[in-house]
Amino acid sequence: MTDYEAVIGLETHIQLNTKTKIFCSCKADSWSDAPNTNICPVCSGLPGVLPVPNKAAIEKGMLLAAAMHAEIQPLSYFDRKNYFYPDLPKGYQISQYDMPLARGGYMQLPLPDGSVRQVSIHKLHIEEDAGKTKNENGLRLIDFNRCGVPLIEMVTGPDLRSADEAAQYLTRLRQLLRWLGVSEADMEKAHLRCDANVSIRPKGAAYLNPKTEIKNVNSIEAVREAVGKEIERQIREVEAGHKIEAWTLEWDEDAGVLRKMRSKETEADYRYFREPDLLPVRIHEEWKQKVLSKLPELPLERRNRFINQYGLPEYDADILTGDRSLSEYFETAVKTYSGDPKRVSNWLMNDVLRMLNESGLTADQLKLTPQFLAEIIKLVDAGTINNNTGKNLLEKVQQTGRPPAKLVEEEGLARVSDDSAIRSVCQEVLAESPKEVESYKSGKVTLIGWFVGQVMKKMRGKADPNIARKILEELLG
Amino acid sequence: MTDLTQLTLRQAHQALESGECSSLELTRATLERIERLEPKLHAFITLTPELALEQAAQADQLRARWRREGGELPPLLGLPLAVKDLLCLAGVRCTCGSRILENFIPPYTATSVERLLTAGMVVIGKTNTDEYAMGSSTENSAYGPTRNPWNLRHVPGGSSGGSAAAVSARLAAAALGTDTGGSVRQPASFCGITGLKPTYGRVSRYGLVAYGSSLDSVGAFGRTAQDVALVFSQMAGYDRRDATSMDLPLPAIQLEDDDSSLAGLRIGVPDEYFIQGIQPEVENAVRRAIVSFEALGAFVSPVSLPHTEYALPVYYLIAPAEASANLARYDGIRFGARLDSDNILDLFTRTRGQMFGAEVKRRIMLGTYALSAGYYDAYYGQAQKVRTLIKRDFEQAFEKVDLIAAPVAPSTAFRFDEHLDDPLAMYLEDVFTLPANLAGVPGLAFPVGFDSNNLPIGMQLMGPHFREDLLFRAAHAYQQTTDWHQRAPSLS
Repeated sequence: MTDYEAVIGLETHIQLNTKTKIFCSCKADSWSDAPNTNICPVCSGLPGVLPVPNKAAIEKGMLLAAAMHAEIQPLSYFDRKNYFYPDLPKGYQISQYDMPLARGGYMQLPLPDGSVRQVSIHKLHIEEDAGKTKNENGLRLIDFNRCGVPLIEMVTGPDLRSADEAAQYLTRLRQLLRWLGVSEADMEKAHLRCDANVSIRPKGAAYLNPKTEIKNVNSIEAVREAVGKEIERQIREVEAGHKIEAWTLEWDEDAGVLRKMRSKETEADYRYFREPDLLPVRIHEEWKQKVLSKLPELPLERRNRFINQYGLPEYDADILTGDRSLSEYFETAVKTYSGDPKRVSNWLMNDVLRMLNESGLTADQLKLTPQFLAEIIKLVDAGTINNNTGKNLLEKVQQTGRPPAKLVEEEGLARVSDDSAIRSVCQEVLAESPKEVESYKSGKVTLIGWFVGQVMKKMRGKADPNIARKILEELLG
Repeated sequence: MTDLTQLTLRQAHQALESGECSSLELTRATLERIERLEPKLHAFITLTPELALEQAAQADQLRARWRREGGELPPLLGLPLAVKDLLCLAGVRCTCGSRILENFIPPYTATSVERLLTAGMVVIGKTNTDEYAMGSSTENSAYGPTRNPWNLRHVPGGSSGGSAAAVSARLAAAALGTDTGGSVRQPASFCGITGLKPTYGRVSRYGLVAYGSSLDSVGAFGRTAQDVALVFSQMAGYDRRDATSMDLPLPAIQLEDDDSSLAGLRIGVPDEYFIQGIQPEVENAVRRAIVSFEALGAFVSPVSLPHTEYALPVYYLIAPAEASANLARYDGIRFGARLDSDNILDLFTRTRGQMFGAEVKRRIMLGTYALSAGYYDAYYGQAQKVRTLIKRDFEQAFEKVDLIAAPVAPSTAFRFDEHLDDPLAMYLEDVFTLPANLAGVPGLAFPVGFDSNNLPIGMQLMGPHFREDLLFRAAHAYQQTTDWHQRAPSLS
């Protein structure tokens, strides 16, 4: 049997998180608003009104382009893309065609086996969104709220090789969009939309076979599942001697199946031409520099730096750079702690991350600041408090926002390493447990752990268990 | 008492200032004259008498208070204005001469109109136009044609024929028009009045219902260059709602009554505008006017605009292409007429097929074709390249001369139905006015004589970008020494 590989390209639409729409001053995000409440003569296409470009949308587009290593063009144009549809108010969409905001670009996608997949970007342009149509009770209902919401259309080359890789690309893209602060990137809310082009070929072949396009996939998991099923279907078809036809498929999330929407007709003629109502977009060097000065270190760069600079395992580096504020939290904590970064990572990944998950807060919102975390780890390292006390202290600091050292002092949490104090408790315990002492002496030496436990219990965990053990052994011996 | 409707805008302004009349009197006289002559002319699609009388009363109150308390008055307070029905005025229906917008009431006002309202003007009505400004005779209005006040069997020109006829017939001292390919200058010429097409980017297009967006401009009509300058000065200037409007200062336009010297002004005369087939009386009148300019001190020389002959085909590719997109929004979904159907495609095609007029559909088809895959390069793409050459013609000419003088149209106003079954002959009417729109330069048309049928002959001056002031200065000087602009059609 032939060994096949999948060839996948993803077409994404990214809703920019600007306050207002791209060509008018209506509120951009209508997720929680009633239909047709965020509209005006401009975005609902009344006669005689004109679009006025929103600079913030262009700047967010520039940030994304730079983060994708695409070349921001000093001169680009808006074009009209003409087609009739009830939810397209003007009968054309203002988009970009042959002179887009940026050209080229790529993402270096790290794969689980440690290799890196270079995913090229074929297209990156800015455009306005259309409205939404739905059929209900025999009526066709149109919501124009989404008209004029700024989008970036970004299309990858046919560079992804499996359903997992497609999902990984989207995960990395979502991480990047949030990291840059250009989009909420929530696929369920259609801030990030994805169509997948899928074909297969014998492994190692260089040519491309006819592809199918999968639409209506609303989560990363759905993309993984839909693409996986389509690859399997294509292999089955080819193995059965059938040809793959260039269909457009729709993912039925509930049924978990792909349905054929239509055979791909000849390419639609959108009759693109320059949008005469808008001036060319001229991005001079000064503007570009000013915008790009806000470009942070990117997640994948930071991940690699964490591995190299702090000696973190890939797993830790991945998780810590999953979110920009978490990665910044980590670095601040490491700086304050000035000991082994892996130790900070352990505390973060085990305890702080759980705290974040449970509370729904982001790292920069914690009352347990990275400085406080570092302080707690230092207290444990110095033996001032034991590990368990340290962990409990995390919660206390988060609840109160008070410095750890203060809490240790006020609540008497410091570990007792004074021999005589421990010795008297040990004597107490032995005196209260004649039966256990008998057993121990008759050879059941494993009971030493039980004795230590009793001492710790009496001292509410503050005793140094090693000292307690030594004294107990001496007294019993 | 003088007939208030016979006053120019400037004279009416003086009459209001001196207290000779009130704005209410002026507005009533205007409305009465409209009532009397409108059945003959049909210059208006919608009249707004209640609105006009209310605005006039407010203007009078404001002036009365000003007399008591002083302060500043809006510069054109209480003066009537007619507005082409392609420019939006909030709360008043805007039909664009089309059945598809028969009941469309815009919730916003065009910047040009808004600025004139702020300047105190009183809107008396919305004037007739070829449907979506597509035409040169106003015969393409779904509401019936406007008649030329000089001869009711002749067209007033178009597409702003309603506004031009209104000013010519003294139904308004001033009116707004729009000029995409000559739609202000040609009707001004046919009706014997003065009309300006400003520089592209000088007057905001916000609220002007789009036909050819890269060519559309809001212009003004008056009986004198002075009057047109008064209106233009108030509506020109940057508007943040129009991304193509330019943030440039407006030179002060001072037109004194005794100022008729044009010493030092260089006027170029392009051979390409005196082609075969031009009505000899038109050519003679224009050439005589050019001699008059020389007599006023201007230096006249030949100048060449070598790509002029391509303006017509270029225009009839670019304007319809843009129109095909601009008119896509009339789909029957959100506003305007709808011919319902269960099938969405059927709804679109029935609504558009039945509610648009023949010329509009013709241009939508022309434009769609010119933009289609496989034809784009040969038509629309090529037209854009030639447009650049036409622009360059003007740039090069304006290195040598300050203004360019030319006829407005090859003939005087033609008869109804003369071109109706021959769209190409109709398109040829625009041959001299199109280049200014393609190049974005300003043009001013004004009367320079009459033909043997007593129909007005116009000429146009074209100037460099944003030099409307030069056009006004030259035309004003000419009007100080001639009386063509003072002649009135005899209407009873």
